[in-house]
Amino acid sequence: MSPSSPETMRRLTYRDAVREALAEAMRKDERVFLMGEDVGRYGGCFAASKRLLEEFGPERIRDTPLSESGFVGAGIGAALGGMRPIVEIMTVNFSLLAADQIMNTAATYLHMSGGQFNVPLVIRMATGGGRQLAAQHSHCLDGWYAHIPGIRVVSPATHEDARGMLWTALQDPDPVLIFEHSGLYNLEGELAADAGPVDIDRAKLCRPGRDISIISYSASLIKALEAAEILSAEGIEAEVIDLRSLRPLDEATFLSSVSRTHRALIVDEGWRSGSISAEISARIMEGVFFDLDAPVERLCSAEVPMPYAKHMEAAALPQVDNIVELIRIMVKTHG
Amino acid sequence: MPREIFEIPDRVETLSILSADGSLDEELAPAIDDDLLIKLYRFMLLGRRFDERLLNLQRQGRIGTFPPVSGQEASQVGPVSVLEEEDWMVPSFREAVAEMWRGRSMESIIISASGFSEGASEAGEGNNLPVSVPVGSQMLHAVGIGWGMKYRERKNVVMTFFGDGATSEGDFHEAMNFAAVYRAPVVFICQNNQWAISIPRSKQTRSKSIAQKAVAYGMPGIQVDGNDILAMVAASREAVDRARNGEGPTLIEAVTYRMSVHTTADDPKRYRKDDEVESWRAKDPLTRFAGYLSEKGLLDEEKIQAVESEIKESIQAAVDRAEEKMKSMGDPMDMFEHTYEKRPAYLEEQRELLARELKEEGNHG
Repeated sequence: MSPSSPETMRRLTYRDAVREALAEAMRKDERVFLMGEDVGRYGGCFAASKRLLEEFGPERIRDTPLSESGFVGAGIGAALGGMRPIVEIMTVNFSLLAADQIMNTAATYLHMSGGQFNVPLVIRMATGGGRQLAAQHSHCLDGWYAHIPGIRVVSPATHEDARGMLWTALQDPDPVLIFEHSGLYNLEGELAADAGPVDIDRAKLCRPGRDISIISYSASLIKALEAAEILSAEGIEAEVIDLRSLRPLDEATFLSSVSRTHRALIVDEGWRSGSISAEISARIMEGVFFDLDAPVERLCSAEVPMPYAKHMEAAALPQVDNIVELIRIMVKTHG
Repeated sequence: MPREIFEIPDRVETLSILSADGSLDEELAPAIDDDLLIKLYRFMLLGRRFDERLLNLQRQGRIGTFPPVSGQEASQVGPVSVLEEEDWMVPSFREAVAEMWRGRSMESIIISASGFSEGASEAGEGNNLPVSVPVGSQMLHAVGIGWGMKYRERKNVVMTFFGDGATSEGDFHEAMNFAAVYRAPVVFICQNNQWAISIPRSKQTRSKSIAQKAVAYGMPGIQVDGNDILAMVAASREAVDRARNGEGPTLIEAVTYRMSVHTTADDPKRYRKDDEVESWRAKDPLTRFAGYLSEKGLLDEEKIQAVESEIKESIQAAVDRAEEKMKSMGDPMDMFEHTYEKRPAYLEEQRELLARELKEEGNHG
C-alpha cells in the first residue's frame, strides 16, 4: 500500500500519470516500446507521450504510418516475437479499423495455436465524449470490447489507476485494452510519490454509503462521486463503486454493495442497448434479486451519434444532475 | 510544373529457369547440391500425395475440411527451403507442405483438420506461426516479428505466405507499407494461384502483375514462375539474403495454379472450365522437376517408385498415429483451455457448469 500522508502526496494531471507509467515501463523493460500515430515528436494526440522521444529515441517511441490495422497487427507480431509492445490508438472510434486484428487475432491466438503462443500486447486508446470532438471521435465503446473473450478490458478513472494499470497490463501474458477517457487527461488529482502498479481485476469501493449503490467506471465515476457529495448534504448516502475492469467483471464487489444498500444505479457513458450496464443489471438480477428494494436503474448516453454542439453533447451524456435527480426519486419512491 | 513522364527507378523482373517444356536456363540456375535437390523433390511429392490422401479421408468422413496445396508445391517448398531454423515462417492456411518442411508432422495436420486444437499444439517446435484464417491478417504479424528482430539486432528473417485474393485486403497494403517504411526483414510470398475461391485473378486487380505493387511501396518485386522450383529457390535466396543484410523487404509473386478445390467444401466446376485446369496440368511443377532430375541422372523410374512407396508408408503411419491419438481427444471441457493463460473465475464457473450438465446428460443417457 502507498503511504498517503500529505508530504508524500503530489498533484498531477491524469495525463502526467499516464506519461509516468509509460516512462517507467520503458525504463524497466528493454522490450517495451510505444507505437502509434503521432506519438513521437508530436507527443501523442492527447499529449500522453510528450517528451518521451527525447529519453527513449525513435526506435522505442515509434511514429507509424496512418494505419490502425497495420500497427495493431504489427504489435501482435512484435509480441509474438518476444517484444512487449504498447500500441496507442488515437481514439476508440479508429480502433474499429483494427477490430479484425483485435478480435479475430489478438483475442484468439492462444486458442488458434493450441496454447503455443500468447499475445502479450497492450493497446491504449482514448475513449468517451465531452470535448466537442463530434460523432467520429467521441464514443465510449469500452463495454463493447468487454464482450470479447480472450482479452482484458480496463478503464482507469483515477490517477492511481492511470499510473498503475499499465505495468500490470504489460506483465499479463494475454492482450489488455486500456481505455483512457479523453475528458480525464486534464483532470488534476493527488497521487502518492511512490505510486506504482495496481491490480487490473478488482472493482473498488470509492465511497461508502447505506442508501444506494452507484456502479460506474471511467469519467462517469467522477460524476458519480460528485453526485454522491451533493446527495450526502441532503441526507442520502450513496455508495460508489468503480468497476475499473470491464473484463473480467468483478461482480462480487458490486453484488455485495447492492445487497447492503438494496438499490442500484449504473452510470455508463456507453449506449444503453446491449451495454455493459445491461450486463451489470442482469448480474444484479441473477445474484441479489431478493435484496433489492427498487428496480435497478441505468443512466447511459443517448443512443445517437455524438452531437457536436456543446449543449447538445452535454445533453446526450449522463450528467451529475441526472444522477442526483434519479437517485432522489429512487430513494424516495421506494423508501 | 509541365506535363512530363515521372521516372520510377524501381523495375519489376520476371524469372523462369526451368520451363514447362523442360528447357533449362543454365546461367540462371541456382547452385543446389544433389541431396537438397532430392529433398525438394521428396517434399513436393509428399505435398501432392498427402493432399490426395486427405481428400480421400475427407470424402470418407474421417476428417473435416482442409485446403489442398496441389499445384503449388514448388511455390511453397522453394521459399521455405532457403530459410534457416531460427527464421520465422508465417503461413496463411494453404501451406501444409511448407509447414511440413519446417517440421510440422503430418499427424498434427490431420488432427487439426479433424477439429482438435491439439493439432496446432503439436505443430512442432521452432519459429512457425499457426494458420491464420482472416485473409491477409498474418502479413502484419510477420512485419511486427521482423521489426522486433531488427530492433533486437537479430539476423533472422520472416517469410509470410498469402494468395492473390489477399492482395485486395487492406492488411496486404498496410503490411507492405509498414515493412518498407521500417525496412523490416520480411519476405512476402504471394502465391498467385489464379483463384480466390470463385473469383479469378482478373477480378481481383486491374494491375498487370501483383509483383508491380511492390514498386508503390518502395521495395523490390519480382514475378516468378511459381511452378518452377529452381526459379522459386533462386528468387527466395535473393530476397532472404537482402532481408538478412538489412536491406529490407521483398515481394515475390509466384505465378501458380490451384489445381484442386479451394477447400473440400468447394466445387470448382461451378465457376471454372476443365480446359483451363488441363492447360495448367501441362505446367505441373512436379513432372517438370522430375524430368529435370532424371536428365541430371538423379532420378529414374526405380528411384521414383522407392520415394513413392516410402511416402505412402509414412502417410499411412501418420494417419494411424493421428487416429490413435484422436481416440483420447475431444473432451468438450478442453474448449476452456486456451482462452487465457490463466483461466479467470467466470470461465471456471462456466466450465464447472458445463461439466455438471454433461454429467447429468450422461446419467440420463
